[in-house]
Amino acid sequence: MPWPIDLLPYPFELGFMQRALVAGLVVGIFAPMIGTFVVQKRISLVGDGIGHLAFAGIGAGLVAGIWPIWGALVVAVAGALGLEWLRARRAASGDLALALFFYSGIAAGVVLASVGGGLDASLLTYLFGQAVTVSDSEIAVIVGLGVLIVATMLVFRRVLFAVVSDEEWSRVAGLPVGLVNTVLAVLVAVSVVAAMRIVGVLLIAALMVLPVASGQLLARSFRATIRWSSAIGGLSVVVGLAVSRFWGLAPGGTIVLVAALAFAGVALARRGALPRLRTERSGL
Amino acid sequence: MAALDQGPRAVSPVPSPGEAILEAQGVSFSYGREPVLEDVDLTVRAGEFVALVGPNGSGKSTLLKVLLGTLSPSTGVVRLFGVPPARVTERARIGYVPQRPVLDSEVPATVEEIVAAGRLARRGWWRPLRREDHEEVRHALLSVGLDELANRPLNELSGGQQQRAFIARAFAGGPDLLVLDEPIAGVDAESQRRFRGSLTHLIAEHGAGVLLVSHELSAVAPDLDRVIVLKRRVLFDGPPAELAASGVSLGIHPEDLPLWLEGLR
Repeated sequence: MPWPIDLLPYPFELGFMQRALVAGLVVGIFAPMIGTFVVQKRISLVGDGIGHLAFAGIGAGLVAGIWPIWGALVVAVAGALGLEWLRARRAASGDLALALFFYSGIAAGVVLASVGGGLDASLLTYLFGQAVTVSDSEIAVIVGLGVLIVATMLVFRRVLFAVVSDEEWSRVAGLPVGLVNTVLAVLVAVSVVAAMRIVGVLLIAALMVLPVASGQLLARSFRATIRWSSAIGGLSVVVGLAVSRFWGLAPGGTIVLVAALAFAGVALARRGALPRLRTERSGL
Repeated sequence: MAALDQGPRAVSPVPSPGEAILEAQGVSFSYGREPVLEDVDLTVRAGEFVALVGPNGSGKSTLLKVLLGTLSPSTGVVRLFGVPPARVTERARIGYVPQRPVLDSEVPATVEEIVAAGRLARRGWWRPLRREDHEEVRHALLSVGLDELANRPLNELSGGQQQRAFIARAFAGGPDLLVLDEPIAGVDAESQRRFRGSLTHLIAEHGAGVLLVSHELSAVAPDLDRVIVLKRRVLFDGPPAELAASGVSLGIHPEDLPLWLEGLR
């Protein structure tokens, strides 16, 4: 890829910033798309659990001598399927299953990385992300995963909405509840891995869920919530990267803080609008 | 029965009036050693409006799950459209209104988005919705009087309006059998009137059968063909007039019903 592309102004005039921007936008737009369904299903923390597992996958990748991202993808997808399996069979409460996965994931990641000789500063780039060091091949993987997410969403969005909104009804209606839950779990795992290099495994769930928190305050339909959340996610990435370049801050953390500030701003603005809305509702 | 001989995707004919579309014979169920249902017989025919009543803990919800195939009976047989529930391939023929739909999430969804989900089973969930699907959705919304609120987020509506949205979702699939679990508990008078109108419409126009589980029958009492009183076993199954003759005026004092049931034991 011939970086830098000349068209973009400061702070995106340099090749590494442009790579960060492309990868970040893909993740910033698609993670909240999945996140809307995750929030509706009330499993907001699942991305966190799978992020921790992805970290174990990175450790495993280092030991096996393969590209850590492949390790993360395999373990994250397997873990997401395992979580869904436990949830569906009620073998462990959602909370407890998540805790189990959180801690064993991160512990296994550290131990495996020490075995693989990767327990150094480079591990931090997976924990907290390092968008500005994203390579061309990583961008290719992230864009590929993004395309996979969009294609799947196009086919599944209606039935996903039905199932995450009302699983009991969906079952009676003969909708493929098991398949849909499995697909959602895999989509979460895929977006976790895509987001890993941008905001890091510790902040992935934030990028998946925080823009949705803002989006659902602004929107008045599920479809609009997805659009608002994606727009806010993408915008958070652009603003976050710009701010981090300007003041020399950690990009992953800055992106997530921008998303959190966006939520605070939207919530405050909505608070001012609430009395008006209440009167409208009571008029029904 | 004819439906048994057809292939898995064969299109079943519209049920003829009086044809049994839901049957339970000798159904028993227990959670562990606790018997919940004992030897329950029940039939709902096409074009029939049947109410299932009983006190809390009488096994109504369990019976519904068994009838709909989400639970298997310990003994006994259930037939939905002539086949075991698990073998019903056209699930869209079953319209279901759950007791307390879980849609209390923060994410807004419009009435239309909810009702459109009802088309998925009919259309095939992987297919895009066409114009006729949107027309069916509009029609379902009209029949429950929510057409003007189609684009409003569900969580901004009153309890009764929300319940009507879930009824419209069941209608949208064009069901031959409608099963409703406590749909009018705590619902305003206007919604109850709409509710009654839309149920009788479904029965009269589409020849569907309706099974209504409810404590509160006053809204629909004049329309009922049969009432089934359940308390672990079927205590009464017959026209409401007979039930009224046995000392209970239906729905006028709904709180009397459990008391009266105690007397029947």
